[in-house]
Amino acid sequence: MSEITPDLVRHLAGLARILVSDEEVEQFTKQLSLIADSVAHVSKAIDADTPSTSHPIAMANVFREDVVEPSLSQAEALSGAPDSAEGRFKVNAILDEE
Amino acid sequence: MAKAELMNYEQALEQFEVVIGLEVHVELNTNTKMFCGCKNEFGNEPNTNVCPICIALPGALPAVNKTAVESSIKIGLALGCEIAPTGRFARKNYFYPDLAKNFQTSQYDEPIAFEGSLDVEVPSGKVHTVLIERAHMEEDAGKLTHIGGSTGRIQGAEYSLVDYNRAGVPLVEIVTKPVYGAGAEAPELAAAYVRSIREIVKGLGVSDARMERGNVRCDANVSLRKHGAEKLGTRTETKNVNSLRSIERAVRYEIQRQAHILANGGTIIQETRHWHEDKGATSAGRPKSDADDYRYFPEPDLVPVQPSRELIEALRATLPEKPADRRKRLAGEWGFSELEFRDVVNADLLDQIEETVTAGAKPQAARKWWMGELARIANESEEGAVPNITPAQVAELAKLIEDGKINDRLAREVLGYVLAGEGSPAEIVAARGLEVVSDDGALIAAIEAALASQPDVIPAIREGRMQAAGQVIGAVMKAMAGSADAARVRELLIEMANK
Ligand SMILES: [Zn+2]
Repeated sequence: MSEITPDLVRHLAGLARILVSDEEVEQFTKQLSLIADSVAHVSKAIDADTPSTSHPIAMANVFREDVVEPSLSQAEALSGAPDSAEGRFKVNAILDEE
Repeated sequence: MAKAELMNYEQALEQFEVVIGLEVHVELNTNTKMFCGCKNEFGNEPNTNVCPICIALPGALPAVNKTAVESSIKIGLALGCEIAPTGRFARKNYFYPDLAKNFQTSQYDEPIAFEGSLDVEVPSGKVHTVLIERAHMEEDAGKLTHIGGSTGRIQGAEYSLVDYNRAGVPLVEIVTKPVYGAGAEAPELAAAYVRSIREIVKGLGVSDARMERGNVRCDANVSLRKHGAEKLGTRTETKNVNSLRSIERAVRYEIQRQAHILANGGTIIQETRHWHEDKGATSAGRPKSDADDYRYFPEPDLVPVQPSRELIEALRATLPEKPADRRKRLAGEWGFSELEFRDVVNADLLDQIEETVTAGAKPQAARKWWMGELARIANESEEGAVPNITPAQVAELAKLIEDGKINDRLAREVLGYVLAGEGSPAEIVAARGLEVVSDDGALIAAIEAALASQPDVIPAIREGRMQAAGQVIGAVMKAMAGSADAARVRELLIEMANK
């Protein structure tokens, strides 16, 4: 019972900044529908009282003590950057919020 | 930026009911970041507090800071919230270079704290109960600097530079439910609410709570509806309001702006707006769009946080006095009038005066300095600047006056040198020889010189007309460039008259 439509696929592609052709939209609509339908089967196996799970291992409260560990040097941090200036990552200006 | 047309404030309130909502971000003062062991410190060289986790190098795995979780629980408890027995983190997906991961690790459907309330007193003395929807944990983003373009702002910028030192710093976002019924006091309530949050997190010791450094930041939602209408109006969210005064001004501005549009048959666009302190106005930012579809989903790299009852109760036991209780206690201890005390609260000087009193000053003397000379200096300097003086130094200054070492005039002079960074008041008085002259020999010589030209004074004092002494005291003061001990001059005059 999926509601994956071509428009939804285009919307998702836009959010993910992926350029998709019309053929791909058609293909992804079918594939995503199949996946969504398969996942929907799971809901038949559970009832309303089943707690939701977000992690495959039943584990909680894994913490780190608040103790400073060494960071990278500025040169190391910037070594993988396509471009940098003044010790900072240089990126294209993006028209968005200030 | 064209300034929008505004409706007169009183008229706006006659026509519309104001509904506000506040989102406050509090930066925690943990040693390390939320999900990695990088230093959480302000003002370091760019990109020196970064690691594979906070700049999102492939394969890096986050680990939750235990102290940050405990601080978040404390904030929740101080706001009277329920603490969730189980909560999880979620990814908020968006593309913007302030976070290298392309998502912010936040909480969505399972915040750590929810359903609280806070009593907030506004300047009129009225107490409003603000309901808290939730408080959740998340991480701060990096700092962008826009380069090029004529204004230095994003519009027209050629490129941006990113410093990720702040990326991953622990934040707690506190969200109110819609606040109704504040009426004309809505702007003051918004500011007073943020002040209370700041007092709470400072009192808890979980944040440095310095607004000028962005430790406490506020987004203010404002909407209007006709009196009696049930449906909420379309709201705007004003960002970048980072001082208490700005919050008050921004809310007031939005009320007047929206009222003008609505009264003229227009509609409010649901959008983010930016506050410009210099212009005293908000400007339109981005309207709500597809990009606001954040596709939250549970963070697969982190396991749930399940604080035990014992932990919650242990943290509850560490909570300090509530701000409202503290105010009540201080008002009693200091003996200020109700008006004096309220002025101190509204001037945001409670902490400074308390610390000055703790350092040994009399409450009234501490109030006089902070509310008088120092407030005047702060007002004359740039926006929001805190005078460069510690409460201990103010206490020392007050003590020097109390002990008769300096008079008010000399104290103001000493204060000038303290602010210029010359040292403590006592050091300055010693180094510059500013102590009042209470050496009787020097004073008597000056008095005699003054009496020579005012022979009527002594007979006048003998007849009980003490006001005549004023002329001589004034002349002695003038002769000694203001450093005479006026009280001693008066005593000596009386002695001389009674001889
Ligand atoms: Zn890091």
